[in-house]
Amino acid sequence: MTTPTSRYPGLNLGKGHAEADNACEELVFGFWVFMMSDLILFGLLFGIYVTMLGATAGGPGPHELFEMKSAFIETMLLLTSSFTFGMASLALKYRHDKGRLVAWLVVTLLLGLAFIALELHDFSSMASKGGVPSRSGFLSAFFGLVPLHGLHVTVACLWLVALLAQIAIYGLDKGVKTGLIRLGILWHFLDIVWIGIFSLVYLGGLT
Amino acid sequence: MTKRTLSAEQENERQYELRTYILGYGLALILTLIPFALAAWGSLSRMTLWWVIGACALVQIVVHFRFFLHVTLAKNKREDLQLILFTALILIIMVGGTLWIMFNLYSRMMPSIMP
Repeated sequence: MTTPTSRYPGLNLGKGHAEADNACEELVFGFWVFMMSDLILFGLLFGIYVTMLGATAGGPGPHELFEMKSAFIETMLLLTSSFTFGMASLALKYRHDKGRLVAWLVVTLLLGLAFIALELHDFSSMASKGGVPSRSGFLSAFFGLVPLHGLHVTVACLWLVALLAQIAIYGLDKGVKTGLIRLGILWHFLDIVWIGIFSLVYLGGLT
Repeated sequence: MTKRTLSAEQENERQYELRTYILGYGLALILTLIPFALAAWGSLSRMTLWWVIGACALVQIVVHFRFFLHVTLAKNKREDLQLILFTALILIIMVGGTLWIMFNLYSRMMPSIMP
């Protein structure tokens, strides 16, 4: 079994898309540098969150504010959307099939939007229990970390909508392909950050 | 849309990459379900539970890098792996240092805030 050769992180487009594949080598490396700087940003926010765990100042803490069930559903939504994005990438790489690609991308977009909707619902139910950013250091750190991830997912969804529009107007040209490969990396990366959030913030807070 | 016919080699490669995603998804699901199940219904002590959650999270991060982002230990492309390892080093120094300093400070100045 030969493994496909890898020229850049993420799914490689390979010989079937020679022009876009060549362009990706440089573009994806630059994007990868950006992703790693983003990882440092998230890592430090995780660090701040941990130092602020005890700083509830008499306000509501994790047990009063977090719900295991909705954290679990959000995790499943994001993980599944990562998988469906992978399926979209494969449809692009091997089938060159616009219909199948768009179908998987729409499924991914819907899962992403469901995640954002559920997260917003969580934040509003936290606010109704007195969990607002200005209440305590703990809540400031929480609202610095988790909504920043949600903001990333929102921007990724907007990017996905823009790419769907580009597919409709230009078809599967070089720009669209390189854009899809980079968005794929962002999407999988955001799922990795979410592993940290559900493990540390939700599961760590609720035990 | 005309359906492309794939050569045997391409079909092999497609099957391989499809299996990669399915295997990655399966592993990630297991590594998500274990900590959630233990946290919801398990009766482990708090400390053991934290270790299990942390270990599952670390393994799941590696799974995502390997199966979804296709970062491998193969010889053909190393810069992306080096970049991850360097980022991890920076994070260990900065986050580890922050936690060390802050918790040392808490234990000396305000023990009540220690979790």
